This record gives sequence, C-alpha cells and structure tokens, in this order.
Amino acid sequence: MLRFLFTRVSLVIPTFIGITLLVFVLIRLIPGDPIETMAGERGIDAKEHARLVHEYGFDQPVIVQYGYYILRVVQGDLGRSIVSHKPVIEEFLALFPATIELSLCAIAFALLIGIPAGILAAVKRNSIFDQGIMGLSLTGYSMPIFWWGLLLILLFSVQLGWTPVSGRIAVLYFVEAKTGFLLIDTLLAGEFDAFRSAVSHLILPAIVLGTVPLAVIARMTRSAMLEVLGEDYIRTARAKGLSNFRVVTVHAFRNALIPIVTVIGLQVGVLFTGAILTETIFSWPGVGSWLINAIARRDYPVLQGGTLLIGSIIMSINLLVDMTYGLINPRIRHQR
Amino acid sequence: MTVEATPAPTAPRASAGPPHPFMEFVSYFSANRGAVIGLGVIGVLAILGLFAEFLAPFSPTQTNSQVFLKPPVWQAGGVAGHWLGTDAIGRDMLSRLIYGARLSLLIGFAVVALSVTAGTILGLIAGFFRGIVEIVIMRMMDILLTLPTLLLAIIIVAILGPGIVNALIAVAIVLLPHYVRIVRATVIAETAKDYVTAARLTGASNLRLIVKEILPNCAAPLIVQATLGISTAILDAAALGFIGLGAQPPTPEWGTMLADAREFVLRAWWVVTFPGIMILITVLAFNLLGDGLRDALDPKLKR
Repeated sequence: MLRFLFTRVSLVIPTFIGITLLVFVLIRLIPGDPIETMAGERGIDAKEHARLVHEYGFDQPVIVQYGYYILRVVQGDLGRSIVSHKPVIEEFLALFPATIELSLCAIAFALLIGIPAGILAAVKRNSIFDQGIMGLSLTGYSMPIFWWGLLLILLFSVQLGWTPVSGRIAVLYFVEAKTGFLLIDTLLAGEFDAFRSAVSHLILPAIVLGTVPLAVIARMTRSAMLEVLGEDYIRTARAKGLSNFRVVTVHAFRNALIPIVTVIGLQVGVLFTGAILTETIFSWPGVGSWLINAIARRDYPVLQGGTLLIGSIIMSINLLVDMTYGLINPRIRHQR
Repeated sequence: MTVEATPAPTAPRASAGPPHPFMEFVSYFSANRGAVIGLGVIGVLAILGLFAEFLAPFSPTQTNSQVFLKPPVWQAGGVAGHWLGTDAIGRDMLSRLIYGARLSLLIGFAVVALSVTAGTILGLIAGFFRGIVEIVIMRMMDILLTLPTLLLAIIIVAILGPGIVNALIAVAIVLLPHYVRIVRATVIAETAKDYVTAARLTGASNLRLIVKEILPNCAAPLIVQATLGISTAILDAAALGFIGLGAQPPTPEWGTMLADAREFVLRAWWVVTFPGIMILITVLAFNLLGDGLRDALDPKLKR
C-alpha cells in the first residue's frame, strides 16, 4: 500500500513542476516589461524601476528567476493583483467558496437526474425511453452552455420572472460569512428569506453548469448498467425470485457504481471549464469570472496565480480519486 | 445482436469471399440512423458554407440604419426580405448565420488538421523511440490534460493575443493530447507484433516501418477521434468568441454573435436564439457522426 501511495504521489511531482514552468513561461512571454505592467497606467520612474527589477530578480539569469519563483510559490506567495493590490491567494480564497457551492449544486443536479435516467434507459433498453434519454443526453453533451444559460435567462427570468438574472443573493440581505457557502450561512443566521433568495439565484447557474456532467453521467450509467445486467449473478438473483426493483437497485446498480464514480471524478476539469462560462453569464462572483475579468484588465499575476491554484486543485483531486480506488480495490493497488 | 450482425451463410455473395472492408463499413454505418442524419446535416452546412455568396440574401457585414433589431418576418414588425430578422446595427441575421457556417466548419477542420498532424508526429516519436523522449512528450501531454481546456485556451490566447487564428491555434493545442495518446498506444502495440519484426528483418528502414506498416493501424481510431474533435473545436472556438477572445466583431462567427447579442436578451429573442441553435445543431451532427463512425470502425464492438 505504501509503495502504491509513493508511486502515485511521485507521478504528480513532475506534473506540478510542469504547471509551474508553464505558468512561469506565460508571464515571460507576454509582450512588454513586467515591471511596467505591474506599475500600471501611471508609469514608474527610472530609479524605482531599477530597484524593482533587482527586487524581483529580473536582472538574474532565467533559471535563477524560476528558482526564486518556485521559492515564493512554496511559501504561498503568488504575487499581488495589479488592480486591487491584494495578494492573489487572498482574493482566490475569498471567491473560491462561491465556485465550490455552485459546482457542488451542479454535480448534485447532474447525479439526481443523470443516474435514474441512465438506469431507466438500461432497464428499458431500446425502448422509446432509452432512445429519448440517449437523444437528450447527446444534445446536452453538445450544448454550448453559454447559450443554454442565455436561453434559460430568457425563459425563466425574462418571460416568467421566476428567477433573478444575475448575482448570488439579493443586495438587501447581508449575511455574515462563516463558511463562505451562502446556503449554509443564511440558515446558520436563521434568515430564511435570505436563504430563499440564495436558492433562487443559484438554481439556473447550477442547471447550466450541471448539464454537460448530467449528459455524461446518464450515458455512463446506462452503459455500466447494461454490462452488469448481463452478468450471471443477476440471473441468479432473478432466479431466486427477487423483485425486479431489488435486482436493479441492490444487485446491479451497486456493481455499476465503480465506472460511474470514475466518471464523476473526471468531471472536475469539465466543471472548472463550465464554471468560467457560467459565472460570466450569471455574474456569479466566483473564481471563473475573476479570471475572465483578470484577462480584460491585463491583470497577469491573477491569471498566473489563479491558473497555478486551479491546476494544483484539479491535480490533487485526481490524486485523491486514484488513492481512494487503491484503498477500495486491492487489484488496482497491486497493478504493475 | 449477433443475429442481425452475421450475414446469412446460405446466401453468399457472387465472389463468395468476405465483403470488402469498405462495403462492410458502409453497411454498418448506414444502419445507424443517427450517424446518417448527422452526415446529412453536415452536408447541408457544408453547402451553405461553400455557396454562402449565392445563398445569403445580404452581405454579412452590411449595416442598414432603417432596420435596427427587426424581428423575423412571421412576427409583427418583421421586415420582408430579412427572414430571421436583423441585429442591433441592422445586419441580416440569416446572412450572418450562413457565413457563420463557413467559418465554423473551417475552424473545426483547420483545428483538427493541425492537431492531428502534430499529434501523430509526436505520438509516433514517443511510441517508436521510447525512452526519455517518450517520458518528456507524455508528461507534457499530462500537463495539458490537467488544466481545464478552456482555461488553457484562454492562457494561450492571452499570450498570443485575441483573434480567430490565435483561438484556432489555442484549441488545436488543447486537443493535442488525445491524438498523441491514441497514436502512441497503437504504435507501441503494433511494434511488438511479428509482421513488424518481419518487415524489419527484410531491411525496411525506420521511416518505412512507421509510414507503411504502423501508421495505417492508427487510421480508424484517429478518424473517430478527429470527428469528435471537430465538434469540440467548434464549441471551444465559439466559447472563446463568446468571452471576447476568439473571432473579433464584425466577423460573423456564431459565438461572437452571441456575445454581441447578450445585452439584447431582454428585448430581441432572435439575436440570442439563432446563433446558439446553429452551434448546437453543428456540434450535435459531428457528435452523431463520430459515434456512428466509432461503432462502424471499432472491431471490438462489431459482432
């Protein structure tokens, strides 16, 4: 087991170094003098410029500069935003809960609908349900979600007036941030109107962000279930006279879970890509819209630090998923 | 499944031999209704794109101050001639959508051509020469796969500058790891086989081994992945256009059109609805075609 953990963790290190290299090279490739970029539009006098060039080590060889960069990253210093002058990591941590809250609700939506739909399609194979569900799921998979968001706003916010167009909560509520998750914070504060407002703001973005994972999960559930339903032990279970419901939910679905869980783990990257677009459409104050705004403002430290953080988070989640398999399934642990 | 897939042995073909691989492929493919529909839709889009000059009633960039934000003809206030209405500066929606088809298909094919070429070369090098070269190439691909695709594309465009060509390069880089992995895996599996050893013994050069013996084996999975890659490319390029980093206005690119339309979501449903429908239909068609090709070309799924 220790050996398995060791090989998995050691595989991550070159990838992490690669990401830091990529992010480091990014800031070097962007045209223009980095100090002048940092100084912003007001400009900077020559003496101050020379001092900063020395302080940031830009007068040193590139390899030494990379070393300094890594040293700073390891100490948690990802630079400061050019616009707000706050540390990048601080801004990231302030906005990250909003993205997590949105992503968790999106994946919950995807699971709640995707898994039953996939099971139904597999059990009623080749029926009209199966064809309908698979057709819808391929459509969901092909959906340009930035357009899907606009359509939902057009229908539910503009035509029906059911949901607000943008933001995370109505401005009249102020809830003390304890966890950073508004759904929990409002309940902790006992403000149920605020909770309702938060839910109504969350519902459309969660549907938009959950659409592609929903389609993938439904397809995966169907094919995993079809495979399991052909096994001998399912025939045995049926021969024992168990009800169809029990055979499907207890005997088949449990065994189909492994590939489904794998797919859910793989959706993390998809969720981040989707979060960038979803947050932009709904003005959701999360990490995705923060990065897009950083590009518009040419705030390169934010782009650099944010990319590194997101890359590291995805890498850690992938590692965690891998290790969980190793713990659950000894066969995976002893491979190679 | 087995019953329908196996041709009846009592009714042999005239030649009595197995069917030609291509005919076999055609029969599998045409049995898949979704794939045939997908191919048909792509055909229509290709005709729209090729003959945009003749089919579009107006120039895609021609503005007309008489017809700002007019709805489609069937709705009250619609203007004859502008079938799908006009946008905020009086350009004809239908014409822009037709020219958009040309652009999106061009983007899709160009991205995949770029990505498949580079991916095949890198995959061949990694799979054939192994060792340190392979480790370096595959680690680089892992890094590309770790970052969210759109974020990676955004970074690349941030370096290169916004614009349609740079967006195209960015999406091609994002798609690269899939092709490298496919080619490398096939090359490693094939190089170990006897027929390659036999060819090597007859004195075939490395280049000949790669091009003549090994590469043809990558064709089927590459074609499938390339078809699915076109849909991803069109979707990602439109997303980049939507956040202002892809094609720049007034280019009639569907994603860019949606970005322009965002502020009119409250009063002009048509400028928001139609470009998205076009993206959805196009991407769906390529996904249907890709799924059909996979079923028809993958020997593991046959029989």
